[in-house]
Amino acid sequence: MEDIEHFAKAMKLIDADGRRLDGRKFNELRPIRIEAGVLRRADGSAYMEWGGNKVLAAVYGPREAHPRHLQDPARALVQCRYNMAPFSVTDRKRPGPDRRSVEISKVISEAFSSVVFAEQFPRTSVDIFIEVLQADAGTRCAGLTAASVALADAGVPMRDLVASCASGKIDGVVCLDLNKDEDNFGDADCPTAVVPRTGEIVLLQMDGHLTSDEFEKAMDLSIDAARRIYDLQRDALRRRYSVTLEDILKESPPVPSPMQPEGRLPSEDDFGPEGI
Amino acid sequence: MSEEIVSELMRAHVYRLASTGQRLDGRALDEPRKVSLERAFVKTAEGSARVKLGNTDVLVGIKMSVGEPYPDTPNTGVLSTSVELIPMASPTFEAGPPRPEAIELARVVDRGIRESKMVSMEKLCITPKEKVWILFIDIHVLDYDGNLFDACSYAAVAALASTVAPAKSLGLGDDFPLPVEHWPVSVTTAKIKDRLLVDPSLDEERMADARLTVTTDENGDIRAMQKGLSGTFSYDEVKGIIETAQRVGRRIRPLLQSS
Repeated sequence: MEDIEHFAKAMKLIDADGRRLDGRKFNELRPIRIEAGVLRRADGSAYMEWGGNKVLAAVYGPREAHPRHLQDPARALVQCRYNMAPFSVTDRKRPGPDRRSVEISKVISEAFSSVVFAEQFPRTSVDIFIEVLQADAGTRCAGLTAASVALADAGVPMRDLVASCASGKIDGVVCLDLNKDEDNFGDADCPTAVVPRTGEIVLLQMDGHLTSDEFEKAMDLSIDAARRIYDLQRDALRRRYSVTLEDILKESPPVPSPMQPEGRLPSEDDFGPEGI
Repeated sequence: MSEEIVSELMRAHVYRLASTGQRLDGRALDEPRKVSLERAFVKTAEGSARVKLGNTDVLVGIKMSVGEPYPDTPNTGVLSTSVELIPMASPTFEAGPPRPEAIELARVVDRGIRESKMVSMEKLCITPKEKVWILFIDIHVLDYDGNLFDACSYAAVAALASTVAPAKSLGLGDDFPLPVEHWPVSVTTAKIKDRLLVDPSLDEERMADARLTVTTDENGDIRAMQKGLSGTFSYDEVKGIIETAQRVGRRIRPLLQSS
């Protein structure tokens, strides 16, 4: 409460050197850490820390969709449930979905529907669960980014990962990745999610006040940040799944094949006209 | 919570192992899984703890606020425990209002803490009949691999022990740690046919005939018990389960107490 009074009086979110309250420049992200495959029971999962956000994402499916009347005979449903833990915010949140969570769940479901190859899994659902354990503004972006890694961890076929980031305006300056104080006392917030490979925008929301120039500035910042986040997502998956030659050799030392002269690597000729 | 099917082969295998004193994961029958604990996991909570009991993963956050006491206990704070079996934690959990399983779980965890007088609720009275501290224990199950009773209880106890009341921000003097006076430890035993297994894993729990949770305090006194499922226990079995709960409890308590 003290903090709030302080900010309300001062309203100084950017200092003379252009530094923000936490010392960041206008185009700087908060520290991000992603880990893939953190839950045992889920088909895929990821944990993400993004500034003060702590978010878990889990994926189940494709599995039989129920209730059955929701099944689509042509494609899989992509369903997301975004939920905040009661202790994730300063004033305890009543457990269960509120209107805000329902809306966020809907836009995230739609964002993923555009990248998942849903037509490969008729009558099923791909269920995405996002749990916000600790919130510090930008939870939907963190949730979406983590869920994307969880989908990949679950092996759900997708055109690409989705990377998400928000930009906003504080003290009249367009800035990347607002934290909680900046979000509370800033002038605008604009969460975005993109397909990094193609640049398609799959989620876009905005509240506050931006001129069209400011909006473009905000989008440029977010899209550039999404590329950096995309690298972190792929790193997380690589850490989970990459195997080095040493790992393989440790598991199973090479057995000399009777069919091949020793020391020769298999060439294309070994696999007929069809290839491997 | 929809049922998961356990194959007859698995059922027979687990029982055959148990009858020679063995278990699927190599534990002895009276040996709990490894407990790992991370305190102050959530900074937005007044206290928190994440506990892994084997692969079961539970996060508890404590939130505190100020409100009116119940008319029949005008001099004591209010304790409220709730469990969310979020669908992330298991393919059998569904979103929606708490089902009987979640309500039982929350009430058993609550009972152990309340009845052991772990937190002195009298000391959480601000003005009798008017203003007391309200303690919310919110239990979030993240990964369900069996025995939520003990995992949730350990996480709740550890979280309470690390809770600092936000008195200053509410104009009620200095922040203070919760007055913790006792240390309840819950130990759950599952019965499969005639065999008793402490801290059942998911596979063991799914085929259990009966379940008994015993919460003991630092003196080994029993503070809460709960029998579950449709099977039965003999009196001797119950006595044996209590002894085991005391013994296992003594081993786990220092873990919850260390900060």
